[in-house]
Amino acid sequence: MAKTTAGPALAPAAGTALPSHGLRAVLPHALVAAALLVLAGAPLVLDSYHLTLLIPFFGYAIVLLGFNLLFGYAGQLSFGHAMFVALGAYGAAAAASLWEVRSFELMLLAGLVAGVLVAAPIAWLASRYTGIFFGMLTLSFGMLFHSFLNKFYNITGGDSGMRVPRPSLLGQTLEDLDKTAFLTGPFYAYCLVLSIALGLLMWRIVRSPFGLHLSASRDNERKAAYLGVQVRRVRAAAFIVSAAYGAVGGVILGVNVGLADPELAYWTHSGHLVFMAVLGGYREFLGPVVGALAFILLHDNLMSITQYWRFFLGLMLAVLVIVLPEGLIGTARRLASRRAR
Amino acid sequence: MDAYLNLILAGVFHASVLFLVAAGLQLIFGVQRIVNLACGSIYALGAYCGISVTQWALSHGMPAPWFPLVLLVTGVVVGLLGIPLERLLRTIYGRQESFQLLLTFSLVLMVQDVLRFGWGANPQQLGSLSMTYGTLSLGAISMPVYNAMVIVAAIALSVMLALFLGRTSAGKILRATAENRDTAAAMGVNVTRVYLLVFTLGTMLGTVGGALVAPTAAASLEMGVELVVEAFAVVVIGGLGSMKGAAVGAAIVGIVRAIAIAVYPEADILAIYIIVLGVLIWRPSGLFGKVAD
Repeated sequence: MAKTTAGPALAPAAGTALPSHGLRAVLPHALVAAALLVLAGAPLVLDSYHLTLLIPFFGYAIVLLGFNLLFGYAGQLSFGHAMFVALGAYGAAAAASLWEVRSFELMLLAGLVAGVLVAAPIAWLASRYTGIFFGMLTLSFGMLFHSFLNKFYNITGGDSGMRVPRPSLLGQTLEDLDKTAFLTGPFYAYCLVLSIALGLLMWRIVRSPFGLHLSASRDNERKAAYLGVQVRRVRAAAFIVSAAYGAVGGVILGVNVGLADPELAYWTHSGHLVFMAVLGGYREFLGPVVGALAFILLHDNLMSITQYWRFFLGLMLAVLVIVLPEGLIGTARRLASRRAR
Repeated sequence: MDAYLNLILAGVFHASVLFLVAAGLQLIFGVQRIVNLACGSIYALGAYCGISVTQWALSHGMPAPWFPLVLLVTGVVVGLLGIPLERLLRTIYGRQESFQLLLTFSLVLMVQDVLRFGWGANPQQLGSLSMTYGTLSLGAISMPVYNAMVIVAAIALSVMLALFLGRTSAGKILRATAENRDTAAAMGVNVTRVYLLVFTLGTMLGTVGGALVAPTAAASLEMGVELVVEAFAVVVIGGLGSMKGAAVGAAIVGIVRAIAIAVYPEADILAIYIIVLGVLIWRPSGLFGKVAD
């Protein structure tokens, strides 16, 4: 009886709550659309220096989208993810030096193939572990790769790295543009579109049954397995997908600097990736992307102010971990929902 | 053959320093379940402070042969830094391990700049001080006496640590807390104090290791983050949380690295990590570790 009376009694309440609920549902989409418009319009207003800061942002945004599939959605903290960023950059550089590849699409493909080929066996092995063991295993692989890059200089160029030449985009060589004009013009637009496309794809992935299997195995591995989720298999798949995103981001970073640098694979760089994810909020889909932007701006500003930027970055990270573990987006959402109540 | 013996001796020296840092890492992980990424930074801090204090003492008329004592005392005193650091870490006990890992990573970033601020970007060193005691020679085998002293000191420290953990009541309390924190607390163990003790002790092992290595190698800003890589290899090979594992792991890593550097210099870290991966594949919990869950 109580249930049937509760129905009509609740209906008007739900009806009145609808507008604010509707607004709150629309607001994030509106914010994302506004942010994309700002990014699309940035080349018209921003100076070239700040535009060249946004290109690594696109690279890191893609890396972090992948990283967070593993960290936020699968609950697997990798401390060696920078390895795949480096693989992307080195894959592009190797394709350019071995086969004279100049097309950006083929460079992306080379980076992607390199990333996935290396990720597959590691994923098979690492998906057995969770928590700290997973972190240490990925860190080990990352350092193994870093020392390979550093020591086998006849293949990898050692600590001076490998050159990534300026690519052609969609078959256009764009030779009449100088380097900055190329990066801030066509390359900027290309990276923006690529980030949006990969962002939409990742959105589909995390909403798919696969994504649900993944977060179910994060929340309760045993229960998920009991319900028929193949925990190891979905974790391994997530690892490979996230490595692929890392490699694509790495190609962008490589082209931007013109160099595939072994420091891309160093474990502290992996730490920076985790930093970005936590800074923005790894519980949110776009949190890590926002974190990447905040990190890049912060890093750039701190470096121009003081040579001790690491200290202040570390301090911020400590404060963040202790006081604001939900990150920027998570905190904003919490404050917004508190005001709405 | 003699060349190899010399190499192995050099490896044992490296292993004994590595053992001290790894033992600190193990102690903290074993009891507190925190992987301290800052163990290398602590080690670097010990080295820098050891160099400065020794230089200061020498310029104030300390006879040169006393320097190992100064280093040891400096290491212990700098290790007291563990007390405020534990206070900082206390804010995140009970949170996800990823956050604990990140907080220690923030210490890595900060300490590196503290060193840069205090000592500048140039490597620091104590010159030929480590040769004060001359060289120990036996046929074609030779080793600086100071290095032998460090090896003996590391062995002595490991024995003391084993006795402390195994024979004293404080050690028993510590092991009980490691085994089951809540039950230990219910039995009346002051877990807060145990954690403080463990973290400070773990930090001290790192700073003493750093201080003792200072006379034999230049201290650089990168020495901390570089050592973490080796210390991690040690604990993965030996098994997380196991003291015996730290000793055996350090011996393996130290000797393999020494041989690899001599035979094929490109492969020092590579050789170590191939062993690490082998261990992870065939014996995921390490040689002496408990089974990973």
